[in-house]
Amino acid sequence: MKILVTCKRVPNPEHKLKIGSGQLDLAGASWQLNTFDEYAVETALRLTEKGKGGERSGEVVAVSIGPKDVGQQLRGVLAMGADRAILVGAEDAALDALAVARVLAAVVAREKPDLVVLGKQTVDGDSNQVGQILAGLLGWPQATFLASIRLTADGKGAIVTREVDAGVEEKGVRLPVVVTVDLRIIGKKAVRNEALAGPDAEWEETQRYASLKGIMAAKKKEIKDVTLAELGVDAKPAMTVKSYAAPPARKAGVKVASVDELVAKLHGEAKVI
Amino acid sequence: MGAVAVFCESDDKGLRSASLPALAAGAELAKQLAADVVAVLIGAHVKAAAEDAAKYAARVLAYTDPLLEAPLAETWAPQLVDAVKRVGASALLGTATSTGKDLLPRASALLAAGMASDITGVLGPNKFRRPAYAGNAIEEVEVAGPVIVASVRQTAFQPPPQAAQTGDVELVAPGAIDPLGAELMGLHATASARPDLGEAKVVVSGGRGMKAGENFKVLEELTDLLGGALGASRAACDAGMVPNDLQVGQTGKVVAPQLYIAVAISGAIQHLAGMKGSKVIVAINKDPEAPIFQVADYGLVDTWEKAIPPLIAAVKKLKAAG
Repeated sequence: MKILVTCKRVPNPEHKLKIGSGQLDLAGASWQLNTFDEYAVETALRLTEKGKGGERSGEVVAVSIGPKDVGQQLRGVLAMGADRAILVGAEDAALDALAVARVLAAVVAREKPDLVVLGKQTVDGDSNQVGQILAGLLGWPQATFLASIRLTADGKGAIVTREVDAGVEEKGVRLPVVVTVDLRIIGKKAVRNEALAGPDAEWEETQRYASLKGIMAAKKKEIKDVTLAELGVDAKPAMTVKSYAAPPARKAGVKVASVDELVAKLHGEAKVI
Repeated sequence: MGAVAVFCESDDKGLRSASLPALAAGAELAKQLAADVVAVLIGAHVKAAAEDAAKYAARVLAYTDPLLEAPLAETWAPQLVDAVKRVGASALLGTATSTGKDLLPRASALLAAGMASDITGVLGPNKFRRPAYAGNAIEEVEVAGPVIVASVRQTAFQPPPQAAQTGDVELVAPGAIDPLGAELMGLHATASARPDLGEAKVVVSGGRGMKAGENFKVLEELTDLLGGALGASRAACDAGMVPNDLQVGQTGKVVAPQLYIAVAISGAIQHLAGMKGSKVIVAINKDPEAPIFQVADYGLVDTWEKAIPPLIAAVKKLKAAG
């Protein structure tokens, strides 16, 4: 089982954005791995494991697109346990989802994974497109917003559950497949490769953090630099951001002293109950 | 005349109201392009929904086949591509529901078209407004043609006026349908008599401070009293207190009701992204420094244990007084 997992750096979502003159200033941003990509890495690793801390079988390859600095986030993913990484050199801010998916499709053509795992969205662009576009470009089936995934014992398919508006949908897919993961995927028993792990296998209810041993091991693992030219990809974006603005601020509200005052305001002033 | 194709969803009652905002955005874009709105429906039984959609579109294409019953992106995306080509559409829109989010980007790939997600405004023939960074940045984006794709934020567009003339409904027989080995095996629907989160006039949400799933019962009582929908913060969903389909926020549902009551929710950026557009926001939290108070119109510093039972009693009294 060979699994390709995508990793994007994002500015720390807890920090205030600097927006001025229609521009977004990320010069002083502190970068971290997109949370849903952390979940994707956790998913990929579990699919190669017999259980928590158990033996592994298979290969997890992390891929990112961005400037050289992204090596820092990739090194973190290798410390979590991924086997090797690929860094496609590009200005990540200049790419749209279609361009990113074209780059990933070229990496898939080289690496020939059985499974591509992505986070369902990045928390900067919030587009929620790349996995679906990648599946479309490859002509592969797709399984998005996963709450759970079980690879079947024959290694040929997967049964997944997906979070949809109406509840939870169960879908069967054939490999190779593109999947995107939602937050439930880090549940104790949300991920299992039947060929490796028994029904009792379970993991921590969180994504793993790098151990000291993992950090030491990661230093020896490969991060291969690849250029867009080597991949032969036209990464010209079809969607471009022309300007940024801060959202309109809400008017400051009032504190009320009691439930009775609250109800009186909602009824008499706001007229919403 | 050019065309703007709008993907519309159906359920057993007809056209899903979630598709009306996409038809509204489609009408705005069609005006910019001097084009017609063409509604596109896909499924095994979409006749009633197609007739509903015809009230808002010049033309309706209904792709019907028993093999299209399950909403699989693998089989549905090629139908959207067929529709775009059939009517010579220069744009394809749909509401950013879970189906739309799954399907539209795949269709954009098959069309080799750029796509803008979650648009909240149509600024020009290929220019849109959309939120990013959990709603902390509002982007103006341009999508290069010949075909452009966009998903529409449900809460950002009012339902469109009905057209003067009802459009023609055309049944289209799909070509070969290949699910690529994908199969819908079941849907475990969340049974609820409450309105949809995206459409409710009142939303009551609980956060991590509710401590346990059983404590949501008291919020349910308040919700039902107000005829609203129940929501939750990501922290409450993460902790397994309530199902994830109740999640309001950047990575959950975006709501914009008349009244939003946030109970024991601190107000993380990612939660605010999903409810900042509400008309009136009430925050009840024991921590006076909680960031939720910065966006609340009315804030009450108290625990949910002390505040909610008297709130229920007061609302009951108000209702009884008529």
